[in-house]
Amino acid sequence: MSESSRRGTLKIFLGYAAGVGKTYQMLDEAHKLKNEGVDTVVGYFEPHGRRDTITKAEGLEIISRRKIEYRGAVFGETDVEAILARRPQVCVIDEFAHTNVPGSKRAKRWEDVQVLLEAGINVLTTMNVQHLESLNDQVWQFTGIRVRETIPDWVVKRADEVVMVDLPPQALLNRLMRGVVYAPEKARQAMENFFKESTLVALRELAIRQTAHEVDLRQSVQDETETTGFPRGDLDSLSSPRAQASDRILILVTEDPSSAALIRRGRRVADYLKAECFAVCVQRDGSLRNVPAAQREAVEKHMIFARNLHIQLSVLQGEDVAQTLVDFARQHKVTQIFLARPQQKKWPIAFGRGLVERVVRLAHDIQVTIVAERRR
Amino acid sequence: MSTNHRPDPEQLLRQLKAEEEFHRRSRLKIFLGYAGGVGKSFRMLDEARRRRERGEDVVVGAIQPKVSAEVNALLQRMPVIPARIMDEVPTMDVEAILRRHPQVCVVDGLAYDNPPGSLHPKRWQDVEHLLSSGISVISTVNLQHIEERREQVEKITGKRVKETVPESFLRNADEIEIVDAPPDFCLQRGPEPLLASGTGSATSLPQQLSELREIALLLAADVVDYQLEAYLARHGIEQLWGAHERILVAVSAYADAAEMIASGRRNADRFHGELFVAYVNRPDITPEERAVLEKNLAQARAAKARIEALDGEDPADTIMQFARAHGITQIFMANRMSNSWWDRIFGRPVEHLIRAAENIDVRVFPV
Repeated sequence: MSESSRRGTLKIFLGYAAGVGKTYQMLDEAHKLKNEGVDTVVGYFEPHGRRDTITKAEGLEIISRRKIEYRGAVFGETDVEAILARRPQVCVIDEFAHTNVPGSKRAKRWEDVQVLLEAGINVLTTMNVQHLESLNDQVWQFTGIRVRETIPDWVVKRADEVVMVDLPPQALLNRLMRGVVYAPEKARQAMENFFKESTLVALRELAIRQTAHEVDLRQSVQDETETTGFPRGDLDSLSSPRAQASDRILILVTEDPSSAALIRRGRRVADYLKAECFAVCVQRDGSLRNVPAAQREAVEKHMIFARNLHIQLSVLQGEDVAQTLVDFARQHKVTQIFLARPQQKKWPIAFGRGLVERVVRLAHDIQVTIVAERRR
Repeated sequence: MSTNHRPDPEQLLRQLKAEEEFHRRSRLKIFLGYAGGVGKSFRMLDEARRRRERGEDVVVGAIQPKVSAEVNALLQRMPVIPARIMDEVPTMDVEAILRRHPQVCVVDGLAYDNPPGSLHPKRWQDVEHLLSSGISVISTVNLQHIEERREQVEKITGKRVKETVPESFLRNADEIEIVDAPPDFCLQRGPEPLLASGTGSATSLPQQLSELREIALLLAADVVDYQLEAYLARHGIEQLWGAHERILVAVSAYADAAEMIASGRRNADRFHGELFVAYVNRPDITPEERAVLEKNLAQARAAKARIEALDGEDPADTIMQFARAHGITQIFMANRMSNSWWDRIFGRPVEHLIRAAENIDVRVFPV
């Protein structure tokens, strides 16, 4: 059997902030692999001027970056073709969530990594928990920062291993103060914003829980492949047969900006419940052709977003959004409908019910989840 | 949590003072692993090395009898206080450490039992002694030795551990650090066979390790959550958000809540979160309604939910107040239909709740 027919394995070193030691630990592993005789190269490495990290990369073969010119400046990106030509067994690619400079072959580094994996090259990479797409709203709530470089959850889910790189927040702050992570001016700025202790503690907890979830997911895969089978606790006996049947989640996508948070939350809940996840968008004539441009663009943006998160999406035709949605849910044996919270001002005090109230009334046989508005 | 203002000089000074205080006081740091061979001892000694390079006075007080070559290489460069041999058992020499009085003492294997006649029966009590004498300690512990998790671990490994450390000791440490690695790493490197082979469990070794790993991570998350709450309380910050899910099932005397509670339990488990069941006391319920409520509460007890009886005029408001105060992230409520003129005009409790929930998810269940 030829080597290239096997997909490469992906290992992610997961942290919660810059400076916890992800790159260092990854390079440490690269050295160990190399010492064991595994052909290992560094495909992309971001030293950030950190002495420890730079020293750690010494002795490893580094593939030069591909130079890309953009608006008069030269950027260096992962040279996927050079790595493919070199064909190592293991390739180290730092900063999984990075967005490539315009003009690169692929928009995202995680897409570069998919190419390497498909070619049978094993990849070690690093990321922080805040780059996970489905946590985007929660992270914004913790930090006030909208993380723009995100990785769809399914990409992480497909990794063979996720390892937590931990460092207590106090130790990280000490590193920051000693100038290990950033230059002094940047360190001071960082500590006033992102690197507040309470923020770091919260992000760390998120990273630990995410790692536990990733471990759990991989166990379940093992469980299913195991032929012997063994009881998984006494919880199943507690659930009613109806609750035990696999969940199916349906998300209503609209032009409203709250759709993005709704899609993320639906995706996350579906992943945790191991449920199927669908989305629909209801239009009067079953298409977006006659919708005003601004509204159409907004809906399309949300539709693309849902598809990127591997959510199957259909456009439904119907005059009455609530009725169309509930009918579709019933036909497709949906167990849970996800709706966004309408803006406060749209809530009627009495009579003239809003969409949420109508869906709740119509879906008397289906669970309806009204997703929180994330505020700061 | 939207404090974006610049700190004033007074505040900076106070912070600096707190910082100094923080460094002067003796501190406990624990490296937590899920099995032998994940690399706790190495990480601890590597930290000891770095601290020495930064000029701290670090000594090794106790180390495991068998160590890997890597660990041994680090040990060679560290001052070690020799163990006392008591009844042929090497034991940490607490008196010698106190006399030497270093800034930082390395104590490997927190869970050791000391032989009779020692200063303290348990090594973690030795550590408390060192800390109260102003010596900082860095130490290691394995998940299987945490008292409160022992039974859970035993179910997986089929092996009973005698030596334990209370979980509260871990919670009150100044810092804990997780030493994580995939299970195959431990299988290659474990210095001792941690797990009983063959009998006791039907699962494979990697599977067992993977389950232990998950428990250790969740334990660490709980400790971190506890520390976050303590931190927020100390600094008077009101927590608006939770890093972990807390599900509240609102039950009543008017509808059977078995399915909601079962779903709540399942969801709480899948999210590794907490489950609450609350009801609002009504003075005027009939015996039949009382029976429904009792049945619901029996279900809640069986599901090991935290049960709360609440008092309040308006059920939706009362539930919301409780939810906000307890950092609830999801409320489960029944979609009870009613055709009273009041409900038709002013809306049903479930509609009130949806309106009031704002930053909490509300899941409405069919009845």
